[in-house]
Amino acid sequence: MAVWDETIECSPREELEQLQLERLQSSLNRAYKNVSFYRSIFDSKGVVPEDVSTLADFAHLPFTTKKDLQSNYPYGLFAVPLREVVRIHTTTDTVDTPTVVGYTHNDLKNWSSLVARFLFAGGVTRDDVIQISFLYGLFTGAFGLHHGAEKVGASVIPASSGNTEKQIRIMQDYRTTVLVSTPSYALILAERLENMGIDPKTLLLKKGLFGGEIWSEKVRKDIQDRLFIDALDNYGVSELMGPGIAGECGARNGLHVFEDHFLPEIINPDSGETLPPGETGELVLTTLSREAFPLIRYRTGDITALDHGACECGRTLVRMKRIAARADDIIIIKGVNVIPDQIEHILAEVEGCEPRYRVIAKRENKRDVLEVRVEVSENIFFDEMKHQESFLIRVTNALSHGLGIRVEVKLLERKTLEEELKASAKVLDTREL
Amino acid sequence: MLRLQNVNTLYGEIHVLKNISLHIREGEIVSLIGANGAGKTTLLNTISGVVTPKSGTILYCEQNIARKNPDAVVKMGISQVPEGRQLFGPLSVLDNLKLGAYTRYSSAGKRGVHQDLDVMFELFPRLKERQKQYAGTLSGGEQQMLAMARALMCRPRLLLLDEPSMGLAPLIVSEIFRTMSQLREMQQTTIFLVEQNARMSLKYSDRGYVMETGKIMLEGTSRDLLDNREVQRAYLGKQKKPIWE
Repeated sequence: MAVWDETIECSPREELEQLQLERLQSSLNRAYKNVSFYRSIFDSKGVVPEDVSTLADFAHLPFTTKKDLQSNYPYGLFAVPLREVVRIHTTTDTVDTPTVVGYTHNDLKNWSSLVARFLFAGGVTRDDVIQISFLYGLFTGAFGLHHGAEKVGASVIPASSGNTEKQIRIMQDYRTTVLVSTPSYALILAERLENMGIDPKTLLLKKGLFGGEIWSEKVRKDIQDRLFIDALDNYGVSELMGPGIAGECGARNGLHVFEDHFLPEIINPDSGETLPPGETGELVLTTLSREAFPLIRYRTGDITALDHGACECGRTLVRMKRIAARADDIIIIKGVNVIPDQIEHILAEVEGCEPRYRVIAKRENKRDVLEVRVEVSENIFFDEMKHQESFLIRVTNALSHGLGIRVEVKLLERKTLEEELKASAKVLDTREL
Repeated sequence: MLRLQNVNTLYGEIHVLKNISLHIREGEIVSLIGANGAGKTTLLNTISGVVTPKSGTILYCEQNIARKNPDAVVKMGISQVPEGRQLFGPLSVLDNLKLGAYTRYSSAGKRGVHQDLDVMFELFPRLKERQKQYAGTLSGGEQQMLAMARALMCRPRLLLLDEPSMGLAPLIVSEIFRTMSQLREMQQTTIFLVEQNARMSLKYSDRGYVMETGKIMLEGTSRDLLDNREVQRAYLGKQKKPIWE
């Protein structure tokens, strides 16, 4: 099987761990020296970077959270002067304070090599025509994949997102062989192809590399069956770098974490304790090579487990399970795990556009109730009560059916969601457990 | 080949090396750059056994040499070219070289040492011309070559080079570095190079480490380090064309 960087990806564990230790120590030294935020929290805990002598020695260092990133908005955590930063990306969340990531020249070089690793592992070569249907903008996805694909030598079409019919036309005319998008967009494409009466088999598409959201094996099967392609997963975190933190190989048995640049840990999301190998918990990542924006023990909020067993592809890099949930958003109600992403997908299907909503779990008369508040968009007519009611019923049925529990839906007037979200979280659990 | 983990060295109360971890693979040229007093020479002396570390492991070919004496370290195949050459000035070039082979006579005998001498004269033709001359009368560049050749006489697998460019004219420095690359090709010697001349040493090495006040601040390929703005600002200065070009 093809490996992009064999000396690292297949290196003996011992050598890899030596490199990790060296890079960890030098990263800590740099962060301590150049980022006042880290210096002050290290000092307040009475820790110096030299206290870290092993990779396991790490548990007494404090976590970095999304809140820390936001309270140091915009450039507070940069470890180099702004003039050395050659690229800036941010998260595109409209409600929260965005998190800002800076890249030096070397950071960009590393980023594209890491993306090249998982593209190559997924079978993308210089003979491919790769269509990137992520939004080009502040979001890290499009540019990350773009430069990685160029590094592999594939022909890159920066199609950006939206305008599905045009995307299909590009696919036909330019003979796209690889699609890069969110998994949900792949399904939208499949649907549009069916509506337009185009047989997906007449396209030259053979692979899809999907990321940017949580997706299940069921969605994977759906995409593969409807588009007749191989669908592969990759993992990134916008606050750390973007795509290129882990990627699936041909064995499809988890995603190889690029451990020479990111040190993974699994913790108990409630207590913050490090969990023994193999157990499921929240993924915590430390950057090992970042120059502009080092992060120490960043809590990703993603729930996964690490598998240290050998992989048939020959890579020695640890594998993480595909992400199934987010630590902060998951709600367990009536024994059912409800992930807001599921709700989002269902709403998107019913509404036909990006949904704006919030989820509240509450207890009424000793009964647990899941309430979904949906803000109406322009697509929904409100002038006619009849339409509104039928829409409400459709949404309620779709959600109840899709989640497997009864859901109460409330419609919100336009622009009221933003006000509510200022006051409380998007996913709220008011039950006293 | 060489692997340091959390090496700490103290001079009395002064903590000179703070948790140093680094590695050198067989056949690599690795440079260590840093300012005066960063602890670079102390690190080399710690590897070669001249200074004993307070804690940490130094694995050389899977053996911990952290507590070994310098002579044992030399016998295991690590040889150091000290800062400022440290030649025996009143002795001839030839005698200096023979002294370098001190540990080899018992195993290789006179004939073996003479073969090694021929190899050195091939690598450094200047020394052949001047073999009868007192080492102290050589020019700076020639002295540096003699120091390297003397270290090579004990057939090291790992050569530790401490500031080979010190006090030499730029043209001579290039020659020294070229010889170093040749050395790797001819004898497969692994080289750990400590330098203040960061640009030149990174140009001729595969990877590098940046050291600051006893700590490793950065690890990377030489290409990446040359592209790093902080390294550029602190160690490379402005790239000026030499006036005689």
